[in-house]
Amino acid sequence: MTSTSVKKASLVMVALAPLAVIGWRFYDNKLGANPIRETEIQTGLWTLRLLAVTLSVTPFRKSFGWNFLSKYRRTLGLTTFFYACVHLSMWAGVDWFFAWGDMWHEIVKHKYILIGMTTWLIMLPLAITSTKGWVRRLGKDWPRLHRLVYVAAITGTIHYLWAVKKDTFFPLVYLAVFVMLLGYRVISARQKSSRESRRRSDASVAA
Amino acid sequence: MLIKKPGDVRSSEITAEDAYINRRTFLAATGLATAGIVGSRHLSPALPLVARQDDKPNTWEEITGYNNYYEFGTDKDDPAANAKNFHTKPWTVKVDGLVKKPADYHLEDLVKPYKFQDRVYRFRCVEAWSMVIPWQGIPLAEMIKTFEPLPSATYVQFTTLYAPNEMPGQKLPVLPWPYVEGLRMDEAMHPLTLMVTGLYGKTLPNQNGAPLRLIVPWKYGFKGIKAITRISFVDKQPRNTWQISSPGEYGFYANVNPEVDHPRWTQASERRIGQFRRMKTLMFNGYADQVSSLYAGMDLRKNF
Repeated sequence: MTSTSVKKASLVMVALAPLAVIGWRFYDNKLGANPIRETEIQTGLWTLRLLAVTLSVTPFRKSFGWNFLSKYRRTLGLTTFFYACVHLSMWAGVDWFFAWGDMWHEIVKHKYILIGMTTWLIMLPLAITSTKGWVRRLGKDWPRLHRLVYVAAITGTIHYLWAVKKDTFFPLVYLAVFVMLLGYRVISARQKSSRESRRRSDASVAA
Repeated sequence: MLIKKPGDVRSSEITAEDAYINRRTFLAATGLATAGIVGSRHLSPALPLVARQDDKPNTWEEITGYNNYYEFGTDKDDPAANAKNFHTKPWTVKVDGLVKKPADYHLEDLVKPYKFQDRVYRFRCVEAWSMVIPWQGIPLAEMIKTFEPLPSATYVQFTTLYAPNEMPGQKLPVLPWPYVEGLRMDEAMHPLTLMVTGLYGKTLPNQNGAPLRLIVPWKYGFKGIKAITRISFVDKQPRNTWQISSPGEYGFYANVNPEVDHPRWTQASERRIGQFRRMKTLMFNGYADQVSSLYAGMDLRKNF
């Protein structure tokens, strides 16, 4: 194993630690009186948290020149998707016990479930196209497709916001964090394109 | 349905709570409290049951550890943690409004004339979880008869204590404090409506609404106002706190109704705490036989 893959494996271990804790507490019946709901909540929260960490990679890399971070972005993104899958499986399998009719009713009638399902469906193609093969195949379109991760971040946070009864404080905190991370990318993309157009015009002047 | 006699249950299976249930009275279908029915681990058939999963009473830990009581925080385990030092003595209840004998009562004097009754009720939260809880208290109807409301009083309104130094959640405007609830007079006079002071025969814990709370088992749990300090008789429908907070989502009647969803989630099924599979929600939380006549002809979709 290369030192990079050892480091990636360690990162996965660390990122999965919260899930291990949730699982251990579930089996030990230490998740309170409603463990199924608590597991749904916790896996959902960790999906959003890991997503925020994943989306922080590029801002940190650019701000501090930490280029070594970029090779961990995919690892973090896929682990985030894994948490989202656990969250969905808890809902579909344990909460609703694969009652497909009831679940379909939930999805179409209740917007917080619909937007949650939408979030997962956005993340699915991103997970599938995360491989080097797909990066090559999609070329220029790969970054365009993967900008959808910001849509998923927003829809995922709205899912959280619409699920809570009254305590909207934390969902709004997550929303603010994702808006900031998106804002960073938008601003740095604008600066980059304005630098490039200045360089082109300087070059044409110099010519 | 066969009522098991205590001898049928192995002594090793009897928890302290089972033993309590075995000695207690149960509410009969006719609405009369029958004394001395020796129950079993299952509820007596007198409690309206349908062919669905077990209506076993929840444990003390479940009932006192999973609470919505935003005066003490919005997490389910906040009330148990934060209500430890809440003072319930001395406690005054003001009775006022359209009533012959308005007065301020010390709690001990308020409850003195009545015999406490034990009632095992289903409890259904609007969030779609539920429990079965052995309350102890006084039928509200008996108290109202003593207060002698005027004929013009058509509603009863209840108010919770407002004391942000004792109830830290009240320091934040999560809800428009103090918590207010109300019932139509016929709902208040219904035999099922209970003013609760105890749980499993013990004093009601702080996180469950001590020292005095309301329980209306055919309505969503948020109608069961806690830590009551005022009972007012009025002639206008009270604006209850959750309705003020989110009028599109929470109404005055709040009858448990599997056919009327919350705007954001379904009310057709519920998670019974302690059970693995979801349960179908029953109309009026299974008390339809006893209460549906109160709402005859009403559009329950409009009056939610």
